[in-house]
Amino acid sequence: MAGMLYALVALGFVLIFKASGVFNFAQGAMVLFAALAMARFAEWIPQWTGIENQIVANLAAFAIAAVIMFMAAWLIERLVLRYLVNQEGTTLLMATLGIGYFMEGLGQSFFGSEIYRIDIGMPKDPVLILEKTFEGGVMVNPEDLIAAAIGAVLVAALAIFFQKTTTGRALRAVADDHQAAQSVGIPLSRIWFIVWCVAGVVALVAGMIWGSKLGVQFSLATLALRALPVVILGGLTSVPGAIVGGLIIGVGEKLSEVYLGPFVGGGIEIWFAYVLSLVFLLFRPQGLFGEKIIDRV
Amino acid sequence: MFYRENGQFKTSYRADQQIFPISQDRIAVLAILAFAFIGVPLLASEYLFNAILIPFLVMSLAALGLNLLSGYCGQISLGGAAFMAVGAYGAYNFIMRVPGMPLPLALLLGGVCATVFGVFFGLPSLRVRGLYLAVATLAAQFFADWVFLRIKWFMLDNASGSAAAPHLELLGQTIQGDVPRYLFCLTVLVILALLSKNLVRSAIGREWMAMRDMDVAAAVIGIRPMYAKLSAFAVSSFVLGIAGGLWGFFYLGAWEPAAFSLDLSLKLLFMVIIGGLGSIMGSFFGAAFIVVLPIALNQFLPGSPACSAS
Repeated sequence: MAGMLYALVALGFVLIFKASGVFNFAQGAMVLFAALAMARFAEWIPQWTGIENQIVANLAAFAIAAVIMFMAAWLIERLVLRYLVNQEGTTLLMATLGIGYFMEGLGQSFFGSEIYRIDIGMPKDPVLILEKTFEGGVMVNPEDLIAAAIGAVLVAALAIFFQKTTTGRALRAVADDHQAAQSVGIPLSRIWFIVWCVAGVVALVAGMIWGSKLGVQFSLATLALRALPVVILGGLTSVPGAIVGGLIIGVGEKLSEVYLGPFVGGGIEIWFAYVLSLVFLLFRPQGLFGEKIIDRV
Repeated sequence: MFYRENGQFKTSYRADQQIFPISQDRIAVLAILAFAFIGVPLLASEYLFNAILIPFLVMSLAALGLNLLSGYCGQISLGGAAFMAVGAYGAYNFIMRVPGMPLPLALLLGGVCATVFGVFFGLPSLRVRGLYLAVATLAAQFFADWVFLRIKWFMLDNASGSAAAPHLELLGQTIQGDVPRYLFCLTVLVILALLSKNLVRSAIGREWMAMRDMDVAAAVIGIRPMYAKLSAFAVSSFVLGIAGGLWGFFYLGAWEPAAFSLDLSLKLLFMVIIGGLGSIMGSFFGAAFIVVLPIALNQFLPGSPACSAS
């Protein structure tokens, strides 16, 4: 089920937007970059150290990839965002686009541009559940269930982080107004570093799951574009919205392709999600769970 | 930038309200125009025309169109290439299907198609704004990609799926070779740029800017948001549509839907932002930067394949 995976990518968007007011177009590139790093290190570590145990190698690769994402977060803050405090949303948006292009290129020149596999040993054979409840049961892929579980854990952890900790509160203050947050003593650079780290880890998890499902390849970067309607549908500032939106879009896409696709020539799933979220926006401009937009003059 | 308007006193309203109130500006614009129309055709080489000048002119026009929408009216659009595609395919269909259709009329009709498309996809702007709108315009982009890829009717049921530029003719003269093509694009650009310059300093341009700066306040003082926003979408997509037609006919020659992909939209937005939101002149500088820089990098940094990617 693609919905859960869209939700994971969308989560990265929501995180950065919620916590810094930046609409991060580089999220797709980050997913690709993280997944590439993970895939390559999982391959290299057994060669270098002679450790044959796959779990150890995967864990080590995950850790290294996470460290790389932290470094990337630090560099992004240091080299790009620092100079863009208090700028308009559009300027920041373009800056993240630039970061995205840069990461795509850098990732591929570092790690190569072929298709790699991430094998984290998730079971792939579909199983039937609920056979007792009704006839035939439901065919479910355990992989999707694991992805859903990981997503749920991430969301719960992030929700607690945002609502209960001091840092979480500081993050929300920064999103509201850079200048005001600075003036009450919130260290903007550290906050941004933290946000991008968290987004990096979310990207890594998303990249890992996608990678084990489809292989790590360039098309992962365009995932971000597929996840955008999810964010719009769910509301830019809402973590649960990202999850619900992801599920709606995931299901809607496939259903539209199956039931409407044949009438118009197929291939409509790319824009169907956008049109769905567009129609939705006309009725509820802030998305499903977004904070109400208040106009002030 | 290099001079101030000290000592140039206006004695009539006419003089005060002319399009370039400072005499240095007038002289500079006239000099540049004269150079572009007379000097460049004499000096430039074939490579310069094909690789740099024609794409620069067309992209300037496209950036200008997007700037009217994003820079003056404040509606960020990621669908610029979609409007260009509609213009290009519109003009292509008109010129191929209607016998004896003159080229300028076909381009204009292509622009009209883009206008209709633009107004339709501008409707969400009445409800959402800012980044939400940017994503909403992405819908236009993906929709246009899909339509021109899947619906063969727009390609004249051509099996190869690509459109080839028709025989270009103006008033019985064939437009062939670099200089006539360059001059045609330049003429269209100059006309539309002057029109835009006049438009943004008129009442409608001021309405757009009021919308951009604070739409609620603008609505309160009696500017109709629907009219202002949709007119910005209409004019912008008209200009983009004509630019699309020129891009297809005069630069690409033959093209596929992929020529108007999201990449082009992003490039257009880069041009507008780098050149300056809300500046006609900036569109030219932004287009020059984006068009010329990759070529210059490739020329001066040999052995760097990464540069050619953009």
